[in-house]
Amino acid sequence: MNAEVGKKTKVFFRRWEWYLVILIILVNIVNAYLSPYYLNLTNLMDMTFNFMEKGFIVLIMAYIMISANIDISVASNIAMSSVVMSVLYQTGFNIWLAVLLGLCTGAAGGLLNGLIVTRFRLSSVVVTLGTYSLYRGISFLILGDKAVTKFPEGFSYVGQGYILNSPVPFQLVIFVVLTILFSIILHKTTFGRYVYSIGTNEEACRYSGVKVDRIKVILFTLSGFLSAFSGVFLTSRIGVSRPSIALNYELEIITIVVLGGVSMYGGRGTMAGVILALFLVGMLRYGLSLKNVPANMILIIIGLILICSAIMPNVVYGLRKRSEFRKEI
Amino acid sequence: MWLCRIRGERREMDSERASERVTARRRLFIKLTKFSEFGIFIFIVLLVIIVSLRSPYFFTLKNFNDILLDISILFIVATGQMLVILAKGLDLSVGAGVAFVGMVVALIVSNNWGIPPAVSILIGMGCGLVCGAFNGLIVSKGRVSPVITTLGTMSIFRGLAFVVSGGAWVDAVEMPESFKLIARGNILKIPNLIFFMILVFALFYYFLNYTRTGRYIYAAGSNPSACKIIGVSVEKITLLTYSISGILFGLGGVLWVSRYASAQSDSAMGFEFVTIAACVIGGVNIAGGSGTLPGLFLGVLLLGIIINALNLVRISPFLKLAFQGLVILIAVITNVIVEKRVLKTILSK
Repeated sequence: MNAEVGKKTKVFFRRWEWYLVILIILVNIVNAYLSPYYLNLTNLMDMTFNFMEKGFIVLIMAYIMISANIDISVASNIAMSSVVMSVLYQTGFNIWLAVLLGLCTGAAGGLLNGLIVTRFRLSSVVVTLGTYSLYRGISFLILGDKAVTKFPEGFSYVGQGYILNSPVPFQLVIFVVLTILFSIILHKTTFGRYVYSIGTNEEACRYSGVKVDRIKVILFTLSGFLSAFSGVFLTSRIGVSRPSIALNYELEIITIVVLGGVSMYGGRGTMAGVILALFLVGMLRYGLSLKNVPANMILIIIGLILICSAIMPNVVYGLRKRSEFRKEI
Repeated sequence: MWLCRIRGERREMDSERASERVTARRRLFIKLTKFSEFGIFIFIVLLVIIVSLRSPYFFTLKNFNDILLDISILFIVATGQMLVILAKGLDLSVGAGVAFVGMVVALIVSNNWGIPPAVSILIGMGCGLVCGAFNGLIVSKGRVSPVITTLGTMSIFRGLAFVVSGGAWVDAVEMPESFKLIARGNILKIPNLIFFMILVFALFYYFLNYTRTGRYIYAAGSNPSACKIIGVSVEKITLLTYSISGILFGLGGVLWVSRYASAQSDSAMGFEFVTIAACVIGGVNIAGGSGTLPGLFLGVLLLGIIINALNLVRISPFLKLAFQGLVILIAVITNVIVEKRVLKTILSK
């Protein structure tokens, strides 16, 4: 009995998430060492502004990658919906109506991804690679090399506002609500279990009557919708919309999801890991910018993290197998 | 499963007629698989006729020479991309690789004017080989999915291109004339770029069709587990394809810098998509295992003609990006539809 409990706790503490927690603590220590102003509540709260927009998409990207798919078009979708929204506003629409139509644009983009992937049984990599350049191209077509910079007063609250007079950003609250919602759906509902089972064995799912295609379409549409959603926040925060907005976001979003322990081959990963990875990468990025590391250096570092975090589980798995093999001998 | 059973029953009924049918079926299949390339060819001819009617300048020898010059670098890099895709991979890092290798070679050449052009090409190819082998090692030994790996190295190479140059350009005046002549000179009255393209085509046509390793690449792409069983190391094949892709984008990088006589760290942005589009249009199966070099050439040619025509008919440059995406989507979807139709005709016969 006691041994079993011991084994359980051992398994519990061996989980990937704990490594992330340790890394987060390390990054925080280094950051606090780099700047004396780092460890204070207002600063920590404000820091979250830098990665909340990515966080919205990370939530759904975790679902998509657990189901063994990928959506590379998210950043382009942000640009497209943001540009559509701001151009509509410029032509005289009410800002909230424009936001709504922007959200619809994003969802439509996601729906198109989902439909092509499921109707033609194509790999999501190729399809979203195509729409990656299509959506970005559409936003360039609409706005060219111009930018929309004037937004009404109330709109800026979305991305810049705080709850009442507290230091808690409005964005963070929305993110927490969404996180709770998405975690419950992924881990406690049949839909969530279906997502895992599609990632593990799609064919078996089909044969056992799971509506695989419908679930995939829902996931991609949601991904489009959340991209547009985060596009609204991003536009409101930086107060400008242009076609080159959110460039390279997909790289960081996929990095976060992979670092969070989700396997590219599907069926593995937890929401907790992904959220921890989001904060880890966000804090790391913040620390690097405290140290004045140039953006291109950060690009290299993010790429390295992506590859390392993808190799790590394989290496750990290989070592564990080898040690088990030795024990057997 | 049921298909096999029906086939088996029929064969029992009348073995002689069935074997006749099998050969007929096979012949038909060969015909139809060749069809996809033939389809592109017809499409190209139609396009040429239409554009010639719109713009008289289009159907001239000089313009065709220009088109061939424009597509040569694309073809060289896309050949590497095709090898990777054939073995069930994907290389998203080629665009960044072209920029990085181009920048490194440009920096070396601008600091040492004495380097002969052949050596600078070799440096570029060697540099590309290192980049490609890095990709290949991570995919084959690290067992990381190709998309994740090359997405990561894409940002690493791009970032490195900025870091080694400090964000500055290497201008035409900083390069020796001999280096600029790599892409602009002639060999036997053929422009160098086209010469390189022909060389790459011939070399890899031979490699893919007449050498054992070349055939193994197809085998590794169409059935990796069977490949392992007959004793071919899929890992080695993967490593090989990524390394070749690296060498070719290295060559592409040198030619790129030499042709445009300037090295910028943000050059060749989105080039990886163009190469993938060329492969898909050229009938290379994105899931690996099938695709031919002549098909790829037609795909590249079609892209080149379309881009050239878009410029001649003066369509906004902002359209280009959206257009690339659209072309990829249309090409993969038509591929799937054609494949389904082929399968259906085979079944109904």
